[in-house]
Amino acid sequence: MIYHAIVFLPILGALIAGFLGRVIGARASEIITTLFVGIAAVLSWVAFVQVGFNGETTRIPVLRWVTSGELDVSWALRIDTLTAVMLVVVNSVSFLVHLYSIGYMHEDDSRPRFFAYLSMFTFAMLALVTSDNFLQLFFGWEGVGLASYLLIGFWYLKPEANAAAIKAFVVNRVGDFGFALGILGVFAVFGSIGFDAVFRAAPGVAGKPMEFLGQQWDTLTVLCLLLFLGAMGKSAQFLLHTWLPDAMEGPTPVSALIHAATMVTAGVFMVARLSPLFEWAPIALEVVTLVGAVTAFFAATVGLVQNDIKRVVAYSTCSQLGYMFVACGIGAYSAAIFHLFTHAFFKALLFLGAGSVIHAMHHEQDMRKMGGLASKVRITWIVMLIGTLSLTGVGIPHLIGFAGFHSKDAIIEAAFAAHTPGNYAFWLLVVAAFMTAFYSWRLMFMTFHGTTRADQETYAHAHESPWVMLVPLLLLALGAVAAGFAFKTVFIGDGYKEFWRASLFEGAGNHIRHAMHEIPGWVGWAPFVAMAAGFGLSYLYYIVAPWLPALTARIFRPLYLFLLNKWYFDELYDWLFVRPAFWLGRLFWKKGDGAIIDGLGPDNVAARVLWTTGRVVKLQTGYVYHYAFAMLVGVAIIVTAFMFHDIRALFSGVMR
Amino acid sequence: MTGFGVLSLVTFFPLAGALFIATLNKEAKGNARWIALYTTLFTFGVSLYIWANFDKSASGFQFVEEMEWLGGSIKYKMGVDGISVLFVVLTAFLMPLCIIASWESIEDRVKEYMIAFLVLETLMIGVFCALDLLLFYLFFEGGLIPMFLIIGVWGGPRRVYASFKFFLYTLLGSVLMLIALMAMYWHAGTTDIPTLLTHNFPPDMQWWLWLAFFASFAVKMPMWPVHTWLPDAHVEAPTAGSVILAGILLKMGGYGFLRFSLPMFPVASQEFAPLVFTLSVVAIIYTSLVALAQEDVKKLIAYSSVAHMGFVTMGIFTFTVQGVDGAIFQMLSHGLVSAALFLCVGVVYDRVHTREIAAYGGLVNRMPMYGFVFMVFTLANVGLPGTSGFIGEFLTLLGAFKANTWVAFLATTGVVLSAAYALYLYRRMIFGPLEKPALRSITDLGYREVVVFTPLVLLVIFFGFYPAPLLDVTAVSVKKLVSNYEAAIKAASAMSVR
Repeated sequence: MIYHAIVFLPILGALIAGFLGRVIGARASEIITTLFVGIAAVLSWVAFVQVGFNGETTRIPVLRWVTSGELDVSWALRIDTLTAVMLVVVNSVSFLVHLYSIGYMHEDDSRPRFFAYLSMFTFAMLALVTSDNFLQLFFGWEGVGLASYLLIGFWYLKPEANAAAIKAFVVNRVGDFGFALGILGVFAVFGSIGFDAVFRAAPGVAGKPMEFLGQQWDTLTVLCLLLFLGAMGKSAQFLLHTWLPDAMEGPTPVSALIHAATMVTAGVFMVARLSPLFEWAPIALEVVTLVGAVTAFFAATVGLVQNDIKRVVAYSTCSQLGYMFVACGIGAYSAAIFHLFTHAFFKALLFLGAGSVIHAMHHEQDMRKMGGLASKVRITWIVMLIGTLSLTGVGIPHLIGFAGFHSKDAIIEAAFAAHTPGNYAFWLLVVAAFMTAFYSWRLMFMTFHGTTRADQETYAHAHESPWVMLVPLLLLALGAVAAGFAFKTVFIGDGYKEFWRASLFEGAGNHIRHAMHEIPGWVGWAPFVAMAAGFGLSYLYYIVAPWLPALTARIFRPLYLFLLNKWYFDELYDWLFVRPAFWLGRLFWKKGDGAIIDGLGPDNVAARVLWTTGRVVKLQTGYVYHYAFAMLVGVAIIVTAFMFHDIRALFSGVMR
Repeated sequence: MTGFGVLSLVTFFPLAGALFIATLNKEAKGNARWIALYTTLFTFGVSLYIWANFDKSASGFQFVEEMEWLGGSIKYKMGVDGISVLFVVLTAFLMPLCIIASWESIEDRVKEYMIAFLVLETLMIGVFCALDLLLFYLFFEGGLIPMFLIIGVWGGPRRVYASFKFFLYTLLGSVLMLIALMAMYWHAGTTDIPTLLTHNFPPDMQWWLWLAFFASFAVKMPMWPVHTWLPDAHVEAPTAGSVILAGILLKMGGYGFLRFSLPMFPVASQEFAPLVFTLSVVAIIYTSLVALAQEDVKKLIAYSSVAHMGFVTMGIFTFTVQGVDGAIFQMLSHGLVSAALFLCVGVVYDRVHTREIAAYGGLVNRMPMYGFVFMVFTLANVGLPGTSGFIGEFLTLLGAFKANTWVAFLATTGVVLSAAYALYLYRRMIFGPLEKPALRSITDLGYREVVVFTPLVLLVIFFGFYPAPLLDVTAVSVKKLVSNYEAAIKAASAMSVR
């Protein structure tokens, strides 16, 4: 019952706000949706304790869904520790974002619609994390995609918002293309798409070959890689990342909830959930590691030079997701989910803090027009500071620190222990940690410190946000401080096996836990040094010598432009995919359908027939359908006549 | 065997309504509309009765009626099984919606219009009920006549061209099918469909018969490259005409494959499956790209229909339970979704009188309800899980992956392309600021339109979450179809080995 409430209360709120919003009014819609998600959040923590610490694991059938031949799929809630952790993350952040939005969106006319979308998103995300089979996972997957699309395009008058919404949906669909093929393959191989049945049969399939696209492949490798393509799309990994920065066109609370804390982590959740498959596909895991490490590095480089406050945080999200995938790829699933957990707090905090700044600056997002805001928005400044300390992983190695310190450093240490070729994963993550510190402090300094670059009017009117926005920020700040050391022991500490139980699977060849105990002491200090260096360089560039950034940009202009333009991925994709698609469409339409098919077929015949009838038949009416009609009736009569008589006699004569 | 029964009632009741309307005074437009509505509603009620009393656990034909007709072995024989019964319901369901949707938009020759639709309904339901080859053929081809008239009389400016093209294509198919039909009678000595289902045609004869039927069904689907009549027919047809064309007439091809090609010519079906796969995949990718480039909203939806029918043909020729189940479900779902999309176009066409996408923009500002409805059907068209559009697409792909991974791979690209063209259309028409002067005073859905859309929205979402009422009906018949096919192939290969 408690699980039903957790999953279905948000959709109930969404339906009420969506369909009755105009009747009950905006305020009532806000209260109902927020309250419902709030109840779900409280219940989620209850469930977290029950499942995580009291060892309860259940599967609750809800409704029969698709049945066809041996395929038998039901709606069901799968509750284990992994789900419970996700329930807490999703509902807690969602509740705080709902609350915050009451303040942030107070000037908007379509608040019922906004809150309906937010709650609908929450439901889809809950359906995703409670899924018991691949199809429900896909349902949640597409559901959050839809909510994301609707919320990015929430301000539908803005052309950029509409474009960003479509881009997000279509790029995600490219990932879903792989995901869907993966599900098809799973069914073809296992004859089922239920998690339990597939996981049980996975060891028997491991190492067996499978035909795909005319080639022989290792079955689980090809399946896992296809499924991972979906994860790459949803979690904005390298090559499929282009939609995430553009998604910042949506209202800021949306960015915090969907594009930082929950939806984009669905890919990580998927790999962790499917660990009983991935563990049997070492090559697929290597790909996951590679993609994660490259994304962590790539997104951090782009984040270095962005000027839009939200885009910096967006690239930071992209980069942190890369960390989580590295952890998955090397088999440290618990570390990945731990980082997912802490990241949800401090990244939602950073986004909502950025939203508070934007709110204060009357919707100005360009950091070049900010500065010196610390005294104006003191609480926002403090919580952002906490978020930054957490994101950059401030702490005393081997001892204690902010939330991000515990989870991120665990991943970096695991990456070292995994001994990837040339230890590339470790080094890329350390360099990314350095860049993370640089751009995070750059954001802080450019926004809050120094003399202001805002125009006098805006600066004078800059004001702290109302309490309804500050309370969520403070609660998230609490999480950003404490979520690390409070949960470290159960998530990745010695008791982790009793906590996760069967929800995360580690194959016989997975020695990452063991290896992590044997890394040299300096490895723990590496991220600390990178973080400190990033802070120092940032301090030098934006506080001590503010003329340095411009000079650097001038000296390394090509590199600067390369990063500023996000490695030119948008231009490349436009040239590779978007334009050719439209060009091909027009070609097929005008030339294929028009000139070739119609030109040789019906138009050709029509021209001849019309030419003939026009001259020969004097009684013509000019309406072709009259002929059609007459001919058809004639045909019908002839057939009937033929059939009535002995047709065999006729045919035996013709055919023999 | 029974005589006149419930299937004859559901088939011929619309015809009776048409005859009654014919006796009305020419000026009695209102009466004609009301009678047509009552007739179609009653017919729908009968179809629901059939659905409710249909035995889902039986694989044979039900509600069978048999009467002497043309002497000898040609009989008047009707019956439905799990494959056909839902199409009867779909047809009967869409008809009242068509009548309501035409309530105000058709002012010219109302009486004749209603007669044409009712006759059309009789012929379409007849197609799905007929258990005799000749009877089937008459219904199948006869349905074209009222459709010609609907496009030709109440159509747009280029209606002559459109109906001619429609005719030319279908003529080619129907002549070939007719010859095949006669050859079948000559060989088997009967036109009784249940008997023919168990008749073994020699493989080389199957080959020719399959091709002849294929010519007819491929045009009806329509499959690439004989699809070019469809966009023109849709563009010129009045809204309700498009609804029937997309909702029902396109399904006759798919139904034909399932009723004739697969069970009667299994060996040829297997041999030609690669051809069908190729054409299906080309249809999915090619027409999706063409849809992307369209500037006319009706053409865009028409092309998207061709792409969706590609999934149907692909699913059927996987010869798997999932593929065939999916194909039937996809046809039923598309019957609702494409019908609804054309009705959506009709709503704004009635107000602004243009189909040009560029003439719209920002409609949601003044038409929030319309925006919502259009969004639901756009998402169903895209095949989003939770809408009926997903189930069929997914099941056909499931079957395709088992049959051939290349086919599944290429067809799945349709997932990306459909999202692109459908959302791009939605954005251009619905989102953005409302700037066009012609749209300044546009009004949201009226109550009649709400009546039309409400059941469609509810069904599309309901069947997305709970497709069992449909899948359970088809399950047994599809299972039998597939196992019969497999047995026939096994027998044929044993023969050839010997």
